[in-house]
Amino acid sequence: MALRDPLSRFAPAPPRGENLARRRSSPSGGGVGKADGGGRRKRPSKTRDNLVYAAVWLACFAPLAWLAWRGFSGELGTNPIEAVIRQIGVWGLRLLLVGLAITPAARILKKPRLVRFRRTIGLFAFSYIGLHLLTYIGVDLFFDWGQLWKDIVKRPFITLGMAGFILLVPLAVTSTNGWVVRLGRATWQKLHWLIYLIVPLGVVHYYLLVKADHRPPLVYAAILAVLLGWRVWDAWERRRAKA
Amino acid sequence: MLIRHAPDLTDNDVTDQALYLRRREFIGGAAGLGLLAAAGTAGARGLAYKPGFSTTETPTPKKDITSYNNFYEFGVNKDDPSENAGALKTRPWTVRVDGECEKPASFAIDDLIKGQKLEERIYRMRCVEGWSMVIPWVGFPLKDLLAQVKPTSKAKFVAFETLMRPSEMPGQRWDTLRWPYREGLRIDEAVHPLTILAVGLYGDVLPNQNGAPLRLVVPWKYGFKGAKSIVRISLVERMPATAWNLLAPREYGFYSNVNPAVDHPRWSQATERRIGEFRRRETLPFNGYGQYVADLYRGMDLKRDF
Repeated sequence: MALRDPLSRFAPAPPRGENLARRRSSPSGGGVGKADGGGRRKRPSKTRDNLVYAAVWLACFAPLAWLAWRGFSGELGTNPIEAVIRQIGVWGLRLLLVGLAITPAARILKKPRLVRFRRTIGLFAFSYIGLHLLTYIGVDLFFDWGQLWKDIVKRPFITLGMAGFILLVPLAVTSTNGWVVRLGRATWQKLHWLIYLIVPLGVVHYYLLVKADHRPPLVYAAILAVLLGWRVWDAWERRRAKA
Repeated sequence: MLIRHAPDLTDNDVTDQALYLRRREFIGGAAGLGLLAAAGTAGARGLAYKPGFSTTETPTPKKDITSYNNFYEFGVNKDDPSENAGALKTRPWTVRVDGECEKPASFAIDDLIKGQKLEERIYRMRCVEGWSMVIPWVGFPLKDLLAQVKPTSKAKFVAFETLMRPSEMPGQRWDTLRWPYREGLRIDEAVHPLTILAVGLYGDVLPNQNGAPLRLVVPWKYGFKGAKSIVRISLVERMPATAWNLLAPREYGFYSNVNPAVDHPRWSQATERRIGEFRRRETLPFNGYGQYVADLYRGMDLKRDF
């Protein structure tokens, strides 16, 4: 029973039970195996799979569509350019966090096949962040490259945001099945651990941008801490289980 | 800080000369404003005022001025003031003017306004966040009010204290800034003819979200210097503490003159987006008012005293 998405096999810190093949070969996979060891062996139908994929795509497009709609109907307020840049950026960050939440969710909910959405979500996050950057450069700065450079050098929040985006590029490029094979599982996985640096950069980027009320970026920081904390805890638990 | 240049510009000098130099624009502007002024005088809530020193640039639409601004007492988002300021009661309202002066006094706001000659002043407003507007205020020179209390020679600075009323100002229930909001000016800045206390906008009574019933407007400084909903004006000997400076002294200086040469860690101050325009425009030193105010700072290093 091979999964269609080879990426899921090379997840950072691949959890027990997220991949049926692995679970079978893994003697320590017993705990999770029990839960779906009984009746749920049948793979969900292709139609249902496609429907779920379509729903995920639509959900990922929804913020952009909503933004475009409000833009066309003039509801983006008095400073629409700033509103668009902010909104797209915030959605990029949200999608990054959703991407980070998939592995823990798959484990906790015992829905291993959730991980097949990780690539989709990750690429949407990359697209939103790319659009965020493009809007800033193309619309806000109107391709004033000198100003862009000054911003990168002088404004810490832009320095960090830009660093995060640049680090995200190789992850997006190597997101295809072909690249997984080309790099080899171990290398590919190590490369994609960069996400653990990129998302914090995104949160700090947001934090530094805020003038006085740091509660909104701190909410994102808290969610990130939970998602990263779970991984630390999980790794520790697994090491303990092995010992 | 010594006052290197005492206000030897007497009260009239700058304005009169400026008006003289711009008399053609002024006459043209006055004609254009005739309708507005008439409407203002006639309207039930309108204010009676004369045209004053103004830019000829096109004013930003009232809707934008009243729905996009910072007034952290009502929340940190730009639309929070317009959404949350409705509950603020601006009557009764007392303004205390005290400190280093011979005749400290408390004024009921309506008496205070009645005693002043109101003028329309269309000023550029540059926010420290890199956006700007053109705003037709109605107000009177701060110096006219200060003159009433007769400042002594010890009055080197003017401190502004604004309303503290968390029950009507939801933003004050959280310590984003140290409430109440405080601002300050050096005395020569305070008595400069361009410095006004505004009580109106677009010929009408000032909306709550823009700082009713009384706010400071200093057009050559970043917008946050314009303290809103003022309850106390004190003449003081020492440089007073100011709200944003207390929060982030490296980001917000006491002077906070609009200065494209002094960057802010978060925003380039070299350019600004005029609300309603697509392309950014160059930010001018002193927000374009340099010819009237640059002398106040002669000999100062404005990169250090930003």
